Amino acid sequence: MDQVVSAGGSILDVQDLKTVFGTRDGNIHAVNGLSFHLRKGELLGIVGESGSGKSVTMMSLLRLLPSPPAEIVAGQVMFEGQDLLKLSTKELREVRGGQIGFIFQDPMTSLNPVFTVGFQLMEPLRKHLGLSKAEARQRAVELLELVGLPSPEDRLKDFPHQFSGGMRQRVMIAIALACDPKVLIADEPTTALDVTIQAQILDLVKKLRHELGMAMVWITHDLGVVAGIADRVIVMYGGLIVEQAPVSELYERPQHPYTRALLETLPSLDEEREDRLKSIAGQPPSLGAEPTACPFAPRCRHAFDRCWNENPPLRRVDDPGDEALIHEVACWWDAAEGEARVGG
Amino acid sequence: MLRYTVRRLLFAIPTLLVVSFIIFALLDLAPNDPTGDLPLTIPPEVREQIRLSLGLGEPFHIRYFRWLEQFLVNEPLNMIEQIWGVEIGNSAERLRVTSWSTRSPVVDLIISRLPQTLWVVGLSYVVAVCIAVPIGVISAYKQYSVFDQIGTFVSMIGFSVPTFFTGTLMIVIFSAQLGWLPSIYDTTHVVTDFDSFVTQLKQIIMPVMVLALFSAAQLSRFMRSSMLDNLNLDYVRTARAKGMTESVVLLVHVLRNSLIPVVTVIALGLPQVFAGAIITEQIFRVNGIGQLLIIAIQGADIPLVQTLTFIFAFLIVSFNLIADLLYGILDPRIRYD
Repeated sequence: MDQVVSAGGSILDVQDLKTVFGTRDGNIHAVNGLSFHLRKGELLGIVGESGSGKSVTMMSLLRLLPSPPAEIVAGQVMFEGQDLLKLSTKELREVRGGQIGFIFQDPMTSLNPVFTVGFQLMEPLRKHLGLSKAEARQRAVELLELVGLPSPEDRLKDFPHQFSGGMRQRVMIAIALACDPKVLIADEPTTALDVTIQAQILDLVKKLRHELGMAMVWITHDLGVVAGIADRVIVMYGGLIVEQAPVSELYERPQHPYTRALLETLPSLDEEREDRLKSIAGQPPSLGAEPTACPFAPRCRHAFDRCWNENPPLRRVDDPGDEALIHEVACWWDAAEGEARVGG
Repeated sequence: MLRYTVRRLLFAIPTLLVVSFIIFALLDLAPNDPTGDLPLTIPPEVREQIRLSLGLGEPFHIRYFRWLEQFLVNEPLNMIEQIWGVEIGNSAERLRVTSWSTRSPVVDLIISRLPQTLWVVGLSYVVAVCIAVPIGVISAYKQYSVFDQIGTFVSMIGFSVPTFFTGTLMIVIFSAQLGWLPSIYDTTHVVTDFDSFVTQLKQIIMPVMVLALFSAAQLSRFMRSSMLDNLNLDYVRTARAKGMTESVVLLVHVLRNSLIPVVTVIALGLPQVFAGAIITEQIFRVNGIGQLLIIAIQGADIPLVQTLTFIFAFLIVSFNLIADLLYGILDPRIRYD
C-alpha cells in the first residue's frame, strides 16, 4: 500500500506517525501510526471531530508540540528527501517558515500583541531569505498586497489589535507565505471567523493556490469548506485515518460509517427543515493505549463482533488500476454491500 | 498620553495634600515630646518654654498650614535661589522647615544624607533586577527542573527572612568570623584610585546584597509566573513555526510580553525598597535617610519625621504614575487618550 501512495510526485510523505502525550494519568495516544502523503500542488483536506488528532498530526510534522508532554514515538516524515523527525533543531528551523508555512486557528491570539505586524512579517523574511531591512519591508508590502490588505504601507507599523479578525488571518497567511513555502499547512484557519469573512479567506486561498502553485494541507471540521476547496480528503478518527478519497468520490460514495454520519449531520438546504440538527451520539475516544479495536465501534450503528476485537486496516475500495483516484477505508463493514466484509 | 499624564499629575496634588495632613495629624496625636530626651533636672516651666519656642503653643491647624507653607513654598523658593544665585523677595526672613534637635534646615539634612541611600538602595535594586529577570526567565523555561526547584526554594527563603536577620547573619559570617568585609559603612570614604575603589566595593557589597536578595526573591517569582503565562500562548507557537531560534522566541517574543506586568511591579516596589533600607542602613550604619528617620523618630523631631515621611509618600505616588505610564509604553494595546 505504501508503495502505491508514495508514487507520483508526493512532496510530503508521512509513514506510521505515532504521537503520545505523557500526562499524570497515563499516556494519551493522540496519533496512532498514521500514514499519508501530499502531492505537489495538491490541496489535501483533513476532517474530523475535535480530538481526532488532526492538529496534533500536523504539528508533529514540524515538531511544534511542546515536549514534554508530547512525544513523537515513531514514524517518518519525508520532505525533500530528508526525514523531518531526524533533522537537527537548526535544520528544522530552516524548514519551519522557510519551506513549510503554518497558519493557525485563532488569528486573535496567534500574533504577538506587542510587536507591529511589519516586524512579525519581516522576521522570517530576514531570517530565511537573508533580506536587508529595506528589502524585507518591500517584500512585506507585496505580501500584504497579495493577501488583499488595503494600504499595506501604512499598516506595517500597526499592531495586531488594530486589525479585525479577518484582516489578522490575512496577515497570518502573509506570514506563512512569506518565504514562498513549498507546503502550506492551515490548521482550521477559518474556524474562528464569521461566515462572511470565512468565504473571503477561502476565496483568497483558492486564488493564492492558483497563483503560487504550492501544496496545502487544510485541517477543518467543516465538511462544507473541504467540499469547496480540497482535491482530496482524509477523514480522521481516534488518531487514525478512517477514510481517504478524492473529494467528489468521498461525497458521492462515503464508505466509512463515521464519514456517512458526518455527512448526515450537515443540514440540507433543499429538504424539509428538521426540528433538531442531527449529531453523532457519544464522545470521541480519549485513547489510553494504541487502539486494538475499531475506535469508532462504540458509536457505530453497524458495529459487529469483529469491530470490537480487531482494528481494521485501510483497504482500497475502488478500481485498483486507477492511480489518480485512490479511495481507501478502514472498516470491517462494507458500505456498498451493506454487510460485513469477507476476508482480512 | 500627555493629557493623561497631566491629568494624573493634577490628581496627585489633592492625594499628597491629604497624605500630608494624615501624617501631620498622626504625629500630633502620638504621645511624643521633643523635650523628652532632655535631662530630668530641667524644670517643667522651662520645658514648657522650650515647647512654646518650637511653635507647639499654636493650634493644630495653624501648625499644619505653617508646615505646608514652609515646605511647599519657602523651600522650593530657597532651592531656586541657591541653584541660580538669585534672590526672590525677602529671603532672610523666610522660615524654612527646621529640625528641632539639630536646628538645621530639614531639607539640607536630607540632601546631605541622600547620596548614600541612593547609592545603596539604587544599586541594590539594579542588582536585584539583574538577578531576578534571568532567574525568572530560566525558571519558567525549564519549569520544574533542578534550577527551578532551587530557585523557588531560595526565593521562598529570601522572601520570608527579613533583612535585619540576613544583614546580621552576613555581618556575623563575613565580618566577625571571616573578617573579609567591614561591618560598618564609612560614608566619608572617597574613591580616588583603584585601592579606595576596592575598599568602597567591600563596604557596599553587604548592604547592597542584603537588600538585593530580598527584592530579587520577590521579582524573580513575578518574572517566572509572567513568563509561564506567556510561554503557552499561541503567538509563541507562531514564532516557532516561523523558524525563529529559541533565544529569539524566548528573549524577544515572550520576554517583551512578560515584562509588562513585571515592570509595574518593579516601579511600584522601588519606594518599598527605600522603606526596607531604613532597617538595613541601621544595621550597616549607613548614614542615609533611613537612619536619619530612625534618629528623628527617637528624638521626636516632628518636622524631620513629617518631611521624610511625606517624601516617601511622594515617591510612592510618583512611582505609581511612572508604572502606569510604562505600562502604556510597553503595551501598545493600552492607550490612555
